[in-house]
Amino acid sequence: MKRVAPVLVVVGCILALWYVMAVVMNTQWERDQAGRAGVSVGWAQIVPATMRQERPVLPAPHQVVAELWQLTWVEETEGRRGLVNSGSLSNRGLLIHAWVTVSATMLGFAMGAGFGIFLAVGIVYNRAMDASVMPWAIASQTIPIVAIAPMIIVVLNSVGVAGLLPKAIIAAYLSFFPVVVGMVKGLRSPDAMQLDLLRTYNASAGQGLWKLRFPASMPYFFASLKVGIAASLVGTIVAELPLGGAGLGTRLLAGSYYGQTIQIWATLIVAAILAAGLVGAVGFVQVRVLGRMGMRA
Amino acid sequence: MRMAAVLGVIAGFVLDWRLGLLLAVWLGAWLVNHGLSQGGGVWAMRLVPVIFGLCLLVLWQMAVTLFAVPSVILPGPVAITVRFASGLDMLWGDFVQTFVKGALSGYFIGCGAAIFAAIAVDRSLFLQRGLLPVASFLAALPVVGIAPILVMWFGFDWQSKAAVVVVMVFFPVLVNTVEGLRAADAMQRDLMATYSASYWQGLVKLRLPAAMPFIFNGLKIATTLAMIGAIVAEFFGSPTQGMGFRISTEVGRLGLDMVWAQIAVAALAGSAFYGVVAMIEKGVTFWHPSQRGR
Repeated sequence: MKRVAPVLVVVGCILALWYVMAVVMNTQWERDQAGRAGVSVGWAQIVPATMRQERPVLPAPHQVVAELWQLTWVEETEGRRGLVNSGSLSNRGLLIHAWVTVSATMLGFAMGAGFGIFLAVGIVYNRAMDASVMPWAIASQTIPIVAIAPMIIVVLNSVGVAGLLPKAIIAAYLSFFPVVVGMVKGLRSPDAMQLDLLRTYNASAGQGLWKLRFPASMPYFFASLKVGIAASLVGTIVAELPLGGAGLGTRLLAGSYYGQTIQIWATLIVAAILAAGLVGAVGFVQVRVLGRMGMRA
Repeated sequence: MRMAAVLGVIAGFVLDWRLGLLLAVWLGAWLVNHGLSQGGGVWAMRLVPVIFGLCLLVLWQMAVTLFAVPSVILPGPVAITVRFASGLDMLWGDFVQTFVKGALSGYFIGCGAAIFAAIAVDRSLFLQRGLLPVASFLAALPVVGIAPILVMWFGFDWQSKAAVVVVMVFFPVLVNTVEGLRAADAMQRDLMATYSASYWQGLVKLRLPAAMPFIFNGLKIATTLAMIGAIVAEFFGSPTQGMGFRISTEVGRLGLDMVWAQIAVAALAGSAFYGVVAMIEKGVTFWHPSQRGR
């Protein structure tokens, strides 16, 4: 309780501030409407009206939640194209977009993490690779790849590579770096004494990797996976911006074109829930695995 | 290992002489690097990444030329350099619009606000318990998503880009700074207490310097985030200038050499930005083990 209460108070304050901001930012529109109609309105009319606008500058939290509910549960259970009536996820709901984004994120994350582990093993075991790859891996991250992701997608599409793969490549590019850095640190974490012990056992390089370095690297591995999966979600969402079809990024861009602020906020909330869920899932596996290995997560 | 590589090159030649040529160049550069890193002099070790980078550029150009890749898909480094040199004015205008006006101003506002907020958070245990979990949650979120909303609020010009950058850099810097303010250990704080130092003296003379490695960690992460935020925000609306604007319009006109020139500018600016912050860090935290080791 001691840990939850302050968090709840802060979240409550943020929500209260959000309502106040919604009133402040939406007032101008109500005043303009009233001015045009030639009537004068007092605060008693304006405040509730700011909570009901169709395209508010800042939608009130309950509007966003209502939109979210409408586009997920109501759409799937009652909509003509919803899950209950048609047997597949509705293309008007948010769940299908979330699903497309998650699947691209997971594919990209798996590719990026695999590539990252491969590079890290190479860097730890090969001096030439350590010297030549590491500086460029760092340099590659100063290129704002997220910013040019849409272009890469468009080009790949024009070559005929479409679907999940282009998005997954961007997601993989973003997630490999944290994994490389974390894994190199982790694979190098066994101390000299432990490495010497393996040498006295006459262990081969493969045995040393499998029996000492990999287990020792697990805490670093999971810490970097958490960063990596959040990064690949960002990559996927940005990569989806220029694409038509489904995906949370597409949804954001459509919302911004048509001024559908409530829709943008609802999409953002879904993205936030996804991020929390993905990081939480990695954290869950982390606690279980490290617990079984006798380490503290 | 070496035998296998040579066999691979031969297999490449058998399949397609162009592929074999690429593999041969790769293997040659690799052997040079291998030899250099075995020798292990200081200059040799500095040369290794340079050779690796040059090798990648040469391979890129060779692949584009030999396989006759159309320039609307992937232009070679030579074509990009030519376009870069001929479009300097335009590139400079875009750079000023996006980097100097958007990214830098947002970076300074966001990082400054984050450090002050961290000091405020640090003073109150309640805020630490309440705000920190929320902040670290927000730091993991895809904050770029907020770009369309901020563009609606602040208009198309650089103010909205700076606002996106502020939101993006705020949380990483905040979380790192709060972490850093805890870095001074109990013994050192007790020493300040025995000197009867006030809160502010303790903050300025002990805890802020001790927090510097952490703060700079956050500031370095924030450099790349600032670049990303400023460019992505331009996809949602911008004046007819700016790197993100140019990238999206040139993609539409299939002017991919211009796009790659912009990418080169972004990479150079991003690396330089990171490098400057890393240099300042070196000057400020000269006492830290990670800086003394080298």
